[in-house]
Amino acid sequence: MITLVCPHCGPRDATEFAYIGERTARPDPNDTTPQEWRGYLYLRSNPAGWADELWLHRAGCGRYLAVRRHRTTGAVDEVRDVGAGGEP
Amino acid sequence: MRSRRSRSSPPRYSGFGLIRRGLTGTSWPPAWRRYEPRRRYDVVVIGGGVHGLATAYYLAAQHGLTNVAVLERGYLGGGASGRNTAIIRSNYLTPEGVRFYDRSVRLYESLAAELNFNAMFSQRGHLTLAHSDSALRIMRWRAEVNRLQGVDSSVIGRAEIASLVPSLDVTDHPRFPILGGLWHPPGGIIRHDAVVWGYARAADALGVHLHQDTEVVGIDVSGGRVRGVRTNRGQIAAPAVVTCTAGWASTVCDLAGIELPITTFPLQAAVTEPVRPFLDTVVVSGTLHVYVSQSDRGELVFGAAVDPVPSYSTRGSLEFTENVAAHVLELMPALAQVRILRQWAGLCDMTPDFSPIIGPTPVEGFYVDVGWGTYGFKAGPVAGEAMAALVATGKTPELIEPFDLARFTDGRLVGERGAAAVGH
Ligand SMILES: Cc1cc2nc3c(=O)[nH]c(=O)nc-3n(C[C@H](O)[C@H](O)[C@H](O)COP(=O)(O)OP(=O)(O)OC[C@H]3O[C@@H](n4cnc5c(N)ncnc54)[C@H](O)[C@@H]3O)c2cc1C
Ligand SMILES: [Zn+2]
Repeated sequence: MITLVCPHCGPRDATEFAYIGERTARPDPNDTTPQEWRGYLYLRSNPAGWADELWLHRAGCGRYLAVRRHRTTGAVDEVRDVGAGGEP
Repeated sequence: MRSRRSRSSPPRYSGFGLIRRGLTGTSWPPAWRRYEPRRRYDVVVIGGGVHGLATAYYLAAQHGLTNVAVLERGYLGGGASGRNTAIIRSNYLTPEGVRFYDRSVRLYESLAAELNFNAMFSQRGHLTLAHSDSALRIMRWRAEVNRLQGVDSSVIGRAEIASLVPSLDVTDHPRFPILGGLWHPPGGIIRHDAVVWGYARAADALGVHLHQDTEVVGIDVSGGRVRGVRTNRGQIAAPAVVTCTAGWASTVCDLAGIELPITTFPLQAAVTEPVRPFLDTVVVSGTLHVYVSQSDRGELVFGAAVDPVPSYSTRGSLEFTENVAAHVLELMPALAQVRILRQWAGLCDMTPDFSPIIGPTPVEGFYVDVGWGTYGFKAGPVAGEAMAALVATGKTPELIEPFDLARFTDGRLVGERGAAAVGH
């Protein structure tokens, strides 16, 4: 079971949160080719190690959180508020 | 080594052989052999699950390519192929999907005879329950698509469901009453270990080398072409490399510099203590995210949707067991006293459109057969046959054309969520 330490609410069981996805920079739609845009939509690094993720504390403070999590061991080494919009 | 047999003719399994060996106390030789890896193969297949083994088998059986190696990091069938709930069906939602899985069902029907290995395919029928009008609507759509492709599939009502599966609660009392269902008679379950071992033994008999404990740690690419692989047992040159590594597909494609539209999620399953046979269909409920079948040993086999968070860990969770138990009891209240015996997890390589990625890649000679998510066991035979044809002839078989990697950059997704999200 994963425990995340929310900067606002303290240590909470991961079932309170929603995993949103990998944290990647959104390209500027004005100067992006359709191929690049689809890459942003679909391609994932999906590492078997440390990953930068975006989570939502759905049943808590409702904030978007940047989480660094190891995808094999489940270890979490950082949980940080990234603002209500969730952009990096 | 005792009694060295001719390398080319392993004994066939038969009732007569069984009796003879039983009476004389002779044991069967190992089903496949051990070799030192050659320095060069015509084709290297990464991953010793049903997909890798089927690909190797059809390369040898249908195309005469026998200088082929399967490299498996752990043991054959140690990935999702030995951990799944063994459901086979072809009642998908898209015409591309239905055609493809129908070919696989047909290959499965003749597999035991072809491989001389009893895979115990039981076509007991597959029933997906609808608990809402929208679910029923998608089922009517699926049944139409299925029938147009010549696949037996129809929407049935409560009375028929009650007579097919008397243990289901078809009253109005449950939180989500059963409104109807999609009935697919050719669907069923198979003994997954036997499928894996059957392909392995048949490939071995044709001269394919199966290397267990052999991990690919590097892929050599130069001039846009694949040249071979590096393993913990040395370097192996090969002009063609096929990866069939399911949940680990991203880590392996990364070695060749290819990024995939895949995220790896654990999927859990559980079995109960054996009970008297009472359930002879596979029952799936999309709304309750659960499905049930009864194995030949009498155990009830439960499955559900993938875990909510991506991970490469194969640990089970209490949350899963509690959910699955609660949901099964909504469907079949009479099971309240039955105890769960075992629970486990496997890894699933999920794609955005719930369809596989199968075909060539930007690296010449490097092929993928991945993205099988929670539904790839049933596709082992057809995928293996198609990959073998692709590698041997260089031409992409029509059946797999829709599932190429380029569809994600060209915007040609094959949306299969309606038929694959919960029903594996
Ligand atoms: C609980 C569960 C239930 C499921 N239920 C069903 C079902 O009912 N019906 C259905 O059709 N499908 C089902 N599936 C999905 C199905 O099991 C998989 O899609 C299918 O088995 C994939 O087969 P594969 O041969 O591609 O991969 P796998 O069997 O996972 O084999 C991949 C192999 O690659 C090896 N490997 C990885 N990296 C390397 C490396 N670097 N070097 C060498 N080897 C490597 C792994 O060790 C592994 O053995 C289920 C899956 C799970 C987990
Ligand atoms: Zn919070």
